[in-house]
Amino acid sequence: MGPFLETLIGGLMTGMLYSLVALGFVLIFKASGVFNFAQGAMVLFAALAMARFAEWIPALLGIEHKVLVNLMAFILAMGVMIMLAWVVERFVLGKLVNQEGVTLLMATLGITYFMDGFGQTVFGSDIYKIDVGLPKEPMFLLEDVFQGGILVNQEELSAAIIAAALVALLAAFFQYTGTGRALRAVADDHQAAQSIGIPLERIWVIVWSVAGFVALVAGIIWGSKLGVQFSLSQVALKALPVVILGGLTSVPGAIVGGLIIGVGEKLSEVYIGPMLGGGIEIWFAYALALLFLLVRPQGLYGEKIIDRV
Amino acid sequence: MSRRSIGEVMLDVKNISLSFGGVKALTDISFNVREHEIRAIIGPNGAGKSSMLNCINGVYTPQQGSITFRGKTFDHMNSREVAEMGIARTFQNLALFKGMNVIDNIMSGRNLKMKTNIFQQALRIGAAEREEQAHREVVERIIDFLEIQAWRKTPVARLPYGLQKRVDLGRALAMEPQVLLLDEPMAGMNIEEKQDMCRFVLDVNDQFGTTIVLIEHDMGVVMDISDRVVVLDYGKKIGDGTPDEVRSNEEVISAYLGTSH
Amino acid sequence: MLYRENGQFKTSYQADQQIFPIAQDRYLILALIAAAAIVVPFIASEYVFRALLIPFLILSLAALGLNILVGYCGQISLGTGGFMAVGAYAAYNLLVRIEGMPAVVAILLGGVFAMAFGVVFGIPSLRIKGLYLAVATLAAQFFCDWAFLRIKWLTNDSASGSVSVPELMVFGWNVDTPIDKYLFCLGFVVIFALLAKNLVRGHTGREWMAIRDMDVAAAVIGIRPVYAKLTAFAVSSFIVGVAGALWGFVHLGSWEPAAFNITRSFDLLFMVIIGGLGSIMGSFFRRGLYCDRAHRA
Repeated sequence: MGPFLETLIGGLMTGMLYSLVALGFVLIFKASGVFNFAQGAMVLFAALAMARFAEWIPALLGIEHKVLVNLMAFILAMGVMIMLAWVVERFVLGKLVNQEGVTLLMATLGITYFMDGFGQTVFGSDIYKIDVGLPKEPMFLLEDVFQGGILVNQEELSAAIIAAALVALLAAFFQYTGTGRALRAVADDHQAAQSIGIPLERIWVIVWSVAGFVALVAGIIWGSKLGVQFSLSQVALKALPVVILGGLTSVPGAIVGGLIIGVGEKLSEVYIGPMLGGGIEIWFAYALALLFLLVRPQGLYGEKIIDRV
Repeated sequence: MSRRSIGEVMLDVKNISLSFGGVKALTDISFNVREHEIRAIIGPNGAGKSSMLNCINGVYTPQQGSITFRGKTFDHMNSREVAEMGIARTFQNLALFKGMNVIDNIMSGRNLKMKTNIFQQALRIGAAEREEQAHREVVERIIDFLEIQAWRKTPVARLPYGLQKRVDLGRALAMEPQVLLLDEPMAGMNIEEKQDMCRFVLDVNDQFGTTIVLIEHDMGVVMDISDRVVVLDYGKKIGDGTPDEVRSNEEVISAYLGTSH
Repeated sequence: MLYRENGQFKTSYQADQQIFPIAQDRYLILALIAAAAIVVPFIASEYVFRALLIPFLILSLAALGLNILVGYCGQISLGTGGFMAVGAYAAYNLLVRIEGMPAVVAILLGGVFAMAFGVVFGIPSLRIKGLYLAVATLAAQFFCDWAFLRIKWLTNDSASGSVSVPELMVFGWNVDTPIDKYLFCLGFVVIFALLAKNLVRGHTGREWMAIRDMDVAAAVIGIRPVYAKLTAFAVSSFIVGVAGALWGFVHLGSWEPAAFNITRSFDLLFMVIIGGLGSIMGSFFRRGLYCDRAHRA
């Protein structure tokens, strides 16, 4: 029972982290109807920015205090993400108002390639470290119930808590604020939203900035865990099944989907993996999402698409 | 009026009820359609006319009721079977294939009659080539009939609305149907275009004996060309009979004009 | 364009429906194919063949296959690399395990295996559309990545999934020089392009386009969405599988699963979109563009 619980908890926490990345997808899709393939590249880009700024600030300004350095690096990195949002809106999205989904998809794919290359040019392509003071030692819970206790990774736990808080905040934002409503209108129909006076460009910059913020947080957490390297952008690919499972338009869906995928993945690797030669993590999430879609095409919380004739 | 002699009951709609969530689109609708006749369905907006056609077509599945076509009864229709049985339709909002030109759109209506398999088509010799040409001839005759020759290679998305409606009709005609369901074929047309469309509808009925079920808002058209009329209002049937009978029906008048209190 | 189309009247439907109804187009394409087959082998260097022309041909073939699925039938697929892998590994297994298996047959049968795989992974398209379907096809991609790495039997018990093929013998002709390989691929490409074009302008192609444009209306005129979508997946995967087998056999010679990874899938999708969805000729133009640009990068 002990090991099972460990795997379960580990899965829940990893799932929370997937949710964080998935959130970025959901946000942009909810607000602009664009599926942002570049989310993964954004996570990497943001993480790179954070890591390098954290290095350069002490080097250039001589400030050594860790919290201050990290805070400044965070603010700078956020600034970079906002600039990125502005650039994307101005040069890509703004020109593609009301185009078909496929076109926009490919545009975001193009953004991905661009960010990969640009990020590595500006920030370098080595592996970098991020250290924001997340506790790294493992904890042992419930030592009196289970022998040896259940191993819980503190880093993942704090990450999960941060992610959960962020998700709650964003869900509230979309549901209860005027801007949130405007964002939902834009996602439905760009031109109609424009025609009632919603400032499309500003909305998009806001959304991509928020997505950039989410990407930055995700990048810091994942980067702290795995180190900031190219494979970080592949994390986004893991978040896709989460988005599918939860429904592209649902913030709570991203959470629930993330948890299901995280747990499913870990459990399957431990219990089914050995039978199939191991390493099934790379496709299990997708298989799960696929099976789910066959039963419920719009995902858990997605909106049903009704075709009127 | 149809110049043909009206035959037996061909399509019988019995007690159809349809709802979406809490909204009742159709309540206990029953009417029949006789062979060779032109049957109009009229009613204010939102009365459920298109929903009725969608039930006959298999696009919607009614919660209750049945539809009998040529003696066979179904409680829900399957789109493909309906097409195979010889029931074709046009759409209120046009359901043309925007990526294709006029010829291809109308040719797509011939798909049930195309029998060559995929290998024959890939090689495009012999039977496949002959089949394409034979069907192309039929489609060209429909294009002549509808007077859209000049636009045959134009992508339909570029055509004006009135011409698109003709292509929609052409595609339905390509199926050589026994029953043609027309959903507001004259919506958005001026007088001349309407006259043309009326002419096409009457010619189809006259030359091929196609039974027509027609949803239309223009009362002049309805009274002029239809043999019998069904009136719907808020999903219920409030009138059924010849145009004259329906015109003098109290309920129908008040549904359209509103009653004074 | 560069020449006038009017004045060319057709006197039969057959003439009107042929692949290149305008005479100038017809002559141009025939001249191009003749040049490709006869002139190029004399003027191109070995390097040009190996690095530019052969990849150009094979990837154009793959793009052609993908175009059928995405451009003509409107089903997004991000698993193309996986289908190519199935074609390549299947052909490899057939060649290596069956005595006296001719290379061409192995390649074509590789396509058949890819086709079966494609149909299975195309089944979700019957329920889900658009973006959701795209992500579902990623399942195919990752599954292939894993399968060819971990399932030993598929790679003839090779440790890392890497395999290599012996020399190609096609009806006694030893395909080993770059010119030979180029002509071999050219043959495949021309034949497949012709077959694909015929399918696309026949009623199967119209069914695919109808499903792409409005599947509700398509059902109402009697088109079966299941049949149309699965045939699109089948034909597309077959072509992509053959391209995969050619990529492995002719271009690479030896490969490992990473040769058919997700980057390949995205690249091909890019190619299809830039060249124009729903255009057989386009498959070739943008492949040339892409190849050239990638080469200079």
